[in-house]
Amino acid sequence: MKNNRPYASAAPPLRDPAAGKRLTGVLVGIFLLWPLLQISQFDLASVFDTNNLEVFGHFLIQFFPPATGQEFLKLLFRAAIETLAMATAGIALAMLFALPLGLLLTHSLSISRIGPGRGRFFGLGLRGFTRFLLLFIRGVPEIVWALLLVRVFGLGPAAGVLALAITYSGMLGKVYSEILESSDTRASRALLLAGSSRSMAFFYGLLPGAVQELASYTVYRWECAIRASVIMGFVGAGGLGQLMDQSMKMLNGSEVSSIVILFLLLVLMADLISYLIRKVLI
Amino acid sequence: MTLSAQAGEKIAVIGPSGAGKTSLLNLLATSLRPTSGIVALSGHDVWGLDKSALRRLRARIGMVHQQPPIPPKQRVVTAVLAGRLGQWSRMRALLSLVYPLDIPAVFKILEELEIEDKLFNRCDELSGGQLQRVGVARVLYQSPTLILADEPVSAMDPNLSDVTISRLHASAEMNGATLVASLHAVDIALKWFDRIVGVKAGQVAFDLSASQITPTLLNELYDSESGLIPMQGVTLTNAEQT
Repeated sequence: MKNNRPYASAAPPLRDPAAGKRLTGVLVGIFLLWPLLQISQFDLASVFDTNNLEVFGHFLIQFFPPATGQEFLKLLFRAAIETLAMATAGIALAMLFALPLGLLLTHSLSISRIGPGRGRFFGLGLRGFTRFLLLFIRGVPEIVWALLLVRVFGLGPAAGVLALAITYSGMLGKVYSEILESSDTRASRALLLAGSSRSMAFFYGLLPGAVQELASYTVYRWECAIRASVIMGFVGAGGLGQLMDQSMKMLNGSEVSSIVILFLLLVLMADLISYLIRKVLI
Repeated sequence: MTLSAQAGEKIAVIGPSGAGKTSLLNLLATSLRPTSGIVALSGHDVWGLDKSALRRLRARIGMVHQQPPIPPKQRVVTAVLAGRLGQWSRMRALLSLVYPLDIPAVFKILEELEIEDKLFNRCDELSGGQLQRVGVARVLYQSPTLILADEPVSAMDPNLSDVTISRLHASAEMNGATLVASLHAVDIALKWFDRIVGVKAGQVAFDLSASQITPTLLNELYDSESGLIPMQGVTLTNAEQT
């Protein structure tokens, strides 16, 4: 076997070179988390304080029985539809923005990485800018966007839809790019090397392996969007949240409990739909 | 190393594992950029071309991989059609995702490779040898002018590997294309290719026509003192040597 392994370098030492890094990571994690628990004043004892429990109990009793008046149910039904519509429209818009942004961010389809080398710095700059843009739009919570947009569009779901679209396109874009980055790139690379364009290498090489994960994450975000649109209702963006805000202000516990029940049903339904979609895509 | 080939030549690259066969093919596929030296295809220095010219050139290069780079969830028909993405317009490529265009042509190629019954199967339902043939079918559908094949028949039995290599030859013949294949089975190389390039430790050990290859040359190439030369299916046994 003389001179048969010209590319082999010197033998590495026989201990795990990554062990030190792992230990440092764990220590830094503990060191950072401990003071955070202190700062947040999390104290289990206060939860079981008899005084607090009594107040909580009185509050809960008002919730029973749930309101079932016909007038109220009509209102409730309309609000539920409004919430669903807000969440769905918001997510659809967010997807529309997030897909191209996520694609821009993904290295997997970088032609300049295979070559030719020119355009590499342009690509780096563009990716850096996109990363910052996504960070900014998802860094501002949707409720803040909603508060701002309610001034523009007035009270009602339109502000909620746009607020969702903005924040969620930031989240979706980031996760889309991460999913695409972590999927197997050999197929898309082979297509690029056979002269395919970036977009078609995406559709034929990258998407088939990633579509299930992308869809499943998007559906999960839709579920989150339903919750978020309820919260945005409190600042006047319509739907179940606005209704709940009114009921709470009038101290009408039975109405609140009806709303909460319906809300749970909505989330349950979202979960069912996401299960079905994943099942179809496997 | 210096190597040159004429259009229409059929070259087999043989040599021990790690000798640089795959690296040589990757250089030709414009997938690896040489740290020094020049790769010239159809008279152009590949890495001096601009983006769109390089893309057009790449559309004319087809590579058969040992492990076909096909998404497991893709259907066979789509995987084969993807061979022409470099030639199709964007519109056509998108339409083909909605409803596969050119099904008859794909069927015909799959028929030649004896897997036409898998046309609408998903690729993760295929065996290793069947998947390799899907990879070959994609390149046949692409009909490039430079066909590169990296161990194209490593997962096939002798019968099928003959069929497969003969289809690659026929396609090269029809388009006047150059065929370069790396093979670990020396018998296949000698049977099908007129020019044999022996690679060892990143260097060209010999570059001869098939009739000039002697057992001594092969023993030297594989550092084999007992006459053990890798053959189809049975690597490194001399039981089959007659």
